Amino acid sequence: MTNLLLNIDAGTIDWSRAQFALTAIYHWLFVPLTLGLAVIMGIMETIYYRTQKRDDKSAAMFWKKTAQFWQKLFGINFAMGVATGIILEFEFGTNWSNYSWFVGDIFGAPLAVEGIVAFFMESTFVAVMFFGWNKVSRGFHLASTWLTGLGATISAWWILVANAWMQYPVGCEFNPDTMRNEMVSFAEVALSPFAVSKFCHTVTSAWIIGGVFCVGVSCWYLMKKRETKMALESLKIGAAVGLVASVLAAATGHKSAQDVAEVQPMKLAAMEALYNGGTDVGLTAVAWVNPLSQPDYENEESAPLKIEMPYALSFMATNDLHGYVPGINDILNGYTRPDGTKEPSVDEKIEMGKQAIEALAAYRKAKQEGADETTLNAHLSLLASNMKYFGYGYIKDKSQVVPPIAVNFWAFRIMVGVGCLLILYFALLLVITHKIPFLTVFTRRLLAALGLIPETEADGYEITNLPAWHYWFAIALIPLAYLASESGWLVAEFGRQPWTIQDMLPTWVAVSDLQSGSVMLTFVLFLILFTTMLAVEINIMLKQIKKGPEL
Amino acid sequence: MTYEFLQHYWCFIVSLLGALLVFLLFVQGANSLVRSLGVTEEGRRLVINSTGRKWEFTFTTLVTFGGAFFASFPLFYSTSFGGAYWLWMIILFTFVLQAVSYEFQNKIGNILGPRTFQFFLVLNGIVGPLLLGGAVATFFEGSNFIIEKGNMIDTGAITPIISRWANASHGLDALLNPWVLVFGFAVVFLARILGCLYVMNNVNDDEIRDRGRHSLLTNAVPFLILFVAYLVHLLLKEGYAYNAEGIVFMEPYKYLNNFMEMWYLLILLLIGVALVLFGIGKTIADKQYFGGIWPAGIGTVLTVLALLLCSAWNGTAYYPSTAELQSSLTLQNSCSSEFTLRTMFYVSLLVPFVLAYIVYCWRAIDKKKLDKEEIRTDHAY
Repeated sequence: MTNLLLNIDAGTIDWSRAQFALTAIYHWLFVPLTLGLAVIMGIMETIYYRTQKRDDKSAAMFWKKTAQFWQKLFGINFAMGVATGIILEFEFGTNWSNYSWFVGDIFGAPLAVEGIVAFFMESTFVAVMFFGWNKVSRGFHLASTWLTGLGATISAWWILVANAWMQYPVGCEFNPDTMRNEMVSFAEVALSPFAVSKFCHTVTSAWIIGGVFCVGVSCWYLMKKRETKMALESLKIGAAVGLVASVLAAATGHKSAQDVAEVQPMKLAAMEALYNGGTDVGLTAVAWVNPLSQPDYENEESAPLKIEMPYALSFMATNDLHGYVPGINDILNGYTRPDGTKEPSVDEKIEMGKQAIEALAAYRKAKQEGADETTLNAHLSLLASNMKYFGYGYIKDKSQVVPPIAVNFWAFRIMVGVGCLLILYFALLLVITHKIPFLTVFTRRLLAALGLIPETEADGYEITNLPAWHYWFAIALIPLAYLASESGWLVAEFGRQPWTIQDMLPTWVAVSDLQSGSVMLTFVLFLILFTTMLAVEINIMLKQIKKGPEL
Repeated sequence: MTYEFLQHYWCFIVSLLGALLVFLLFVQGANSLVRSLGVTEEGRRLVINSTGRKWEFTFTTLVTFGGAFFASFPLFYSTSFGGAYWLWMIILFTFVLQAVSYEFQNKIGNILGPRTFQFFLVLNGIVGPLLLGGAVATFFEGSNFIIEKGNMIDTGAITPIISRWANASHGLDALLNPWVLVFGFAVVFLARILGCLYVMNNVNDDEIRDRGRHSLLTNAVPFLILFVAYLVHLLLKEGYAYNAEGIVFMEPYKYLNNFMEMWYLLILLLIGVALVLFGIGKTIADKQYFGGIWPAGIGTVLTVLALLLCSAWNGTAYYPSTAELQSSLTLQNSCSSEFTLRTMFYVSLLVPFVLAYIVYCWRAIDKKKLDKEEIRTDHAY
C-alpha cells in the first residue's frame, strides 16, 4: 500500500488541484453575472414587450434601450464564462484521469445532459437575442432572451448535480470486474437532496450578483447625473431582484448547512473551527483562527477569543437547540450519536479501507487464476462489508482527512457576513425608493436621524441627489459580493478535502499520470491567459458603462 | 435493447457529434482566411461578424462531443485526455482565445487592440482544425498508451494510475506520424473550403464572394490531394481488430474490409464525398450559385460519420495502442455500464428536438444576408 502512495508525484497532485481551483475560481467570476443579469434583462425586456403592446411608444423606446444596454454588458461577460467552462469540463479528463474512469459512468452523464439540453439552448437563443432585434418578432425575441437565461440555469443545474454527487455520492455501486463505480439510479443522482439545495443556493446567490451589479452601475450613473431615468428604474429592478435573491439564498443556505452537517460533518466542523463537539453547541460569530496555518485542534479546546451565539450551531445543524454536533477530534477518534449508533474512528476506517482494497486485489487475482465461486464470493463479501470506507485505504495518517480549517472558517464568515449586509442594504434601498405606507417615512426618518441620509422637510427623499459616498458604497458592494460568492465555493471545495469523491477517492489517487512540470506550465499559462482576459473584460465593461446605452 | 446495441448506438451519437463538429469548423476555416477574404477593415468585419453568429454552435458541439464521450466511453476520456495532455491543452487554449476574440476585438477599452484578437481567430482557425484532425487520425494510426486497471490496488505497480502515456511528450508524439499530419492538414483545408462556402452564402457582398470563389479553388486542390492520399493509405493499411474474447490483433486491410462488410458506410462515404465535390464544383463553375455550403456541409457530415464509424464498428479497436496492443480501446472494454447507456439513450431522444430549434433559429437569423449596412446599424462585433 505504501508503494502505491509513494509513486505519485506530490507536485502533480498540488499543481492539478491548483489548476482546477484557478479555472473554477475564474469561471465563477463570470457565471453568476450571466445568471443574474439574465433575470434582470429578462424583466426589462418583458416590460418593454408589455409597454409596446399597450402602444405606449415613449415608454417602449425607453425600456428597449434599457434592456439592450444590460444585454450589451451581459454579452461582454458571457464569452469568458463559456471559455472557462470548456476548460473545466476537459480538465476532468486531462488532470483527473483516474477519477474519470473510476466514476465516469456516473459523472459523465450529467455533463452530457448539460451539453445536449442546456448548452445548445443557451448558444442558440443568445444569438437570436443579440442579432435578432430586427429579424424576429418581439414575442420571439423576448422568448429568446428568457430561454438564454433558462439555458444557463439548466446548465447550472446539471453541473451542480455533478458537483453534489462528488460531495454526496448516491445512486451507484462498485463493480469489482470493471474496477469502477456504476450508476444504478439516475433519479437518485439527478434529484439528490444535496443537489437540490446546492442548486437553489448557488443560483440565488448568482441572482444577488446580478442585483448588486445592476444597483452599483445604476448608482454610478446617478452619481454622475447621467442616464438618470434608466439608472433609477434599473436600480429598482436590481434591488428587488437582489432582495428576493438574498433572502432565498439565506433560506437555502440554511438547508445547505444542514445537508453538510448530515453528510460532511468534517466540513461543518472546519467551517466552525469546532475542535470538540457536543450538544447545545453555539455558532461562532468571531474567533481568532490564524489564516496562515492549521490550528492545533488536537490540543486546543477551542479557537481563542471565541464569541458565539448560544445553541445556534446545534439548531443550524439539527433543527434542535440541543442537537449533537461532532467536532474535528470527535470525528477523528469516533463518536456515539444521540440515537446510540457509533461512528468509527478514522483509524478504524483506514483499516477497513485497506481491507476493502486487499479484498478487491485478492478477488481479481483469484478470478484471473480461475478460482471457484466460493472463494470469489468470500472476497466479494469482505469487499462489500468494507466498501463504504474504500477511500480511507489510501489515507496514511488520520490528520490527512482534516481540511484546511482557516480557509473554511474565514470564507464561511465572509459569505454569511456579506450576505446579511446585502439583505439589509437591498431592503433599505427598496423601502426608501418606494412609497410604502408608514414604513418608508419611518425608515427615512430613522436613517436621517442616524445621519446616513440627508434630512428633508417633507420626508422627501431624492435618491438622485445624495452625497457621493452613498453611490460609492453601492459600487463597493460589487467586489464585496463577488468575494462572498467565491468564498461560498471555497467553503464547498476546501471543506471536502482531501476527497475528490467523499470517502471514496482522495485527490492523490484521482490524478493523471503527468509530470508536475507539465501541469505547472499549463497552470502558469492559464493564469496569464485568464488574468489578461479578465483585465481586458473589466476595461471594456467600464468603458461601455462610461459610454452608456447608445449603440 | 441489448448492451451491444447501446454501445454501437452511442458510438453513432458520438460520431455524429464529431461529424457535425468537423462541418462547423467552417467557422475556423473562414477565420483563417479573414485577411484574404476580407482584405479591407470593413471586409474583415463582415467575415468576422458572419462567423461570429455561428461560433457558439461549434463551441457547444465541441463541449457536447466531450460530454457525450465522457458519459458513454469514460475510459477514452481518461486515457486520451489525461495521456495526450499537450495535444488537448493546445486545442483548448486556442478555443478559449477564439471565444473571447469576437466580443472583445472591436470594443472600446480593448487594451490589446483589435489585431491581437484577429490574430487569435486566425491561430484558432489553423491550429484548431489541424489538431482536432490529428486527434481523429489517431483513431486509425494509434497512440502510445498503456492501461492497467489493477494499478489502483496493486501494491507492486509503478503507479496507482490506470491509464499511462508511454512517453514523455504526452500527445505531441502523434504529430511525428506523417499520416496524422496528412489527415490534420486535410481537415484544415476542408475547414477553409467550408469557410469560403459559408461566407459566400451568408455575406451579401460581391467582392467577398469573388475572393471566396478564388480561395475555394486554391484550398480545394491541396485538400483533395491530402484527403485522397489518406483515404488510399487507410484502405491499404492493416488495422486494429478484436475477436469475441476481446483480444486485439492486427488485420490486413481492416478498414477496407470494414467498408466492404458494412457496405452502407461505403455508400455513406461515397455520397458524402460526391456532395462535397458537387458543392465545391458548382460554386466554382456557377457564378450565381452561393448555396454550396449545404451540399458540401452535408457531404462533410456523411463522410466524417462514415470514417468514424469505420474506426469503431465491426470488431475494430477505435483507439488503438501502439505501446501495448491489448490496451487498445474497443466499444466493449471502454464503455459505460448498460444502465448508464440506456439512461443516456432516453436523453439522446431530445437531440432531434434540439436540432429542430437550432435550424429554426438559424433560418430566422440568416434569412436576410449580412451586409455592410447591417454592420453599421445593428448589433455587431
